[in-house]
Amino acid sequence: MRPNRVVEGSIHGFLRVLEHTLESEELARRAGLLQSLDPRVKLLGFLGLIVAAAASRKLEVIGAIFALASVLAVCSRVPLRTLVVRIWAGAFAFTGLIALPALFLTPGRTVARLPLLGWAVTAQGIRGATYLISRVQTTATLSMLLVLCTPWTHVLKALRVLRVPIVLVVILGMTYRYILLMIGTAGEMFESRRSRMVGRLEAKEARRLAIRTAGVLLSKTMQLSGDVYLAMQSRGFRGEVYVLDEFAMRRRDWTWLALFCALGAAAIWMGH
Amino acid sequence: MHIPDGYLSPATCAALYASSAPFWYVALRRLKRLLSTKLIPLLSVFAAFSFVVMMFNLPLPGGTTGHAVGVSIASIVLGPWASILAISIALFIQAVFFGDGGITAFGANSFNMAIAGSLVAYFTYRAISGKCAIVSRRRVFAAGVAGYLSINVAALLTGIELGIQPMLFRDASGAPLYAPYPLKIAIPAMMAGHLTVAGLAELILSAGLVAWLQRTHPSLLSATAPGAAQTETEAGGFGWLAIRPLLVGLTILMLITPLGILAVGSAWGEWSPHELANQALPAGVPHGLERLSSVWTAPFPSYSPPFLRSSSFGYFLSAAFGSGLILLAALALDWVIAARRRSG
Repeated sequence: MRPNRVVEGSIHGFLRVLEHTLESEELARRAGLLQSLDPRVKLLGFLGLIVAAAASRKLEVIGAIFALASVLAVCSRVPLRTLVVRIWAGAFAFTGLIALPALFLTPGRTVARLPLLGWAVTAQGIRGATYLISRVQTTATLSMLLVLCTPWTHVLKALRVLRVPIVLVVILGMTYRYILLMIGTAGEMFESRRSRMVGRLEAKEARRLAIRTAGVLLSKTMQLSGDVYLAMQSRGFRGEVYVLDEFAMRRRDWTWLALFCALGAAAIWMGH
Repeated sequence: MHIPDGYLSPATCAALYASSAPFWYVALRRLKRLLSTKLIPLLSVFAAFSFVVMMFNLPLPGGTTGHAVGVSIASIVLGPWASILAISIALFIQAVFFGDGGITAFGANSFNMAIAGSLVAYFTYRAISGKCAIVSRRRVFAAGVAGYLSINVAALLTGIELGIQPMLFRDASGAPLYAPYPLKIAIPAMMAGHLTVAGLAELILSAGLVAWLQRTHPSLLSATAPGAAQTETEAGGFGWLAIRPLLVGLTILMLITPLGILAVGSAWGEWSPHELANQALPAGVPHGLERLSSVWTAPFPSYSPPFLRSSSFGYFLSAAFGSGLILLAALALDWVIAARRRSG
């Protein structure tokens, strides 16, 4: 193990989150098909398609939803590289690794044998692994498309259409903002430690560093909570929460909502 | 442990959303009543902390690294209900904005990590720490055990949810529609990683953070330590008073050891050469066993000191002697560690 992984690995993780966030915000501002739709339509439509993909018992239906998601991505000017690297490759690598042993472990009709080892590959195993991988790829593509083509503040506000309590919507919005702040703070703490480091940290010392950093972050968290509360009170917060409802459905949004509903219902019916 | 979309059937997802909903509802109601207007900033900021702490790379003994969930420290600092909400919010943001865990599986992930994890962590921590002082080492130990147990209970639940999928959901050809492995594979596969790497990461983070808070901000530990003694001495620290219930239990066990006499015959596999000879083995008693059995003769053979006539009293005396030896060994070890600490 490289003992510096606690510093390097954590900084790398923080940077990756910030990079993804900036990329999502940049994509959400582009002119494209999904970007132009009302966030509530996208939320309901994509949820319907995700449920349809999850419920389908036919690979063809899952494949058709995947194809639809890919077309929507292209029409929304989501770069192919983002789709392949950020969504498909990650989901395929993770789920593929998990699904691989299912080829041999699922009982059923033997269709081939692994050379040298002689392990039996079953038709049911292949089908089961394909179900899992295709389902994960499709649902991951849909859920990431929603975030990539909608500003996060709009996604949260759109949750109101699902009757999520307004207080939770506000908490989610604040959490997202403070995640970015704390990632910055934690990243700076690790960076400052890295800039003072000569050589490698012993594993024990690296562990202490991680705990101390988490501890300082926890203290700052509690302090920040108090500060935010005081700031809210100074602006007249008395416990009532309001969210500006800036969305307005146009004819185009209604059309797309109807289309998403029809496609979702058809997928559920055909996939049953 | 974050289950992505596609691994669980919609029916399982719906059942776990329904199971989580009452906990979310009660947690929100209780916190609104307790915290009133402070609820929003506290939950938001703590959920953000949980999210960020999940990204820390923790080096573990053995040369690997792991990520903790932070559920135990959230339960210890905030209490179980606020922890349920804070971790659920962090999981929601992970699922929706960063694709870590599924949207349909959010109810399942929350049930496993936020709800079961928080409750197990809180009750374990409270049970072990009791009323000992805020700065007591027992709280560090309790936090470590709470972290380790909570993450493993969450992993077990995840394993069960994944493992029941092929039992319940298959297509016409018999192919599994969702997670393909049965319980006998899914549970060991989940537990192997969590009993070792992930559990250890949670243990180190929880125990380490509690030890750090004891030195720097002990007030943050007071919310889940009602009635905690102010000092180590008052609470008995790690001394005899603190372990008084254990000593009472040990004495009771010693007193009832003569019950062992009621058992007939020898325990399986613990035969003496003489007893083995009576088993009518075709090849007789193995020579090696016969030779080695005479190398060491125990002072109290069969828990029956030869100088005593009463076998019941012999059992009791053996138990007292054995327990005393273990306690002496523990005291000697404690003395050595304390001496090293003083000199270091």
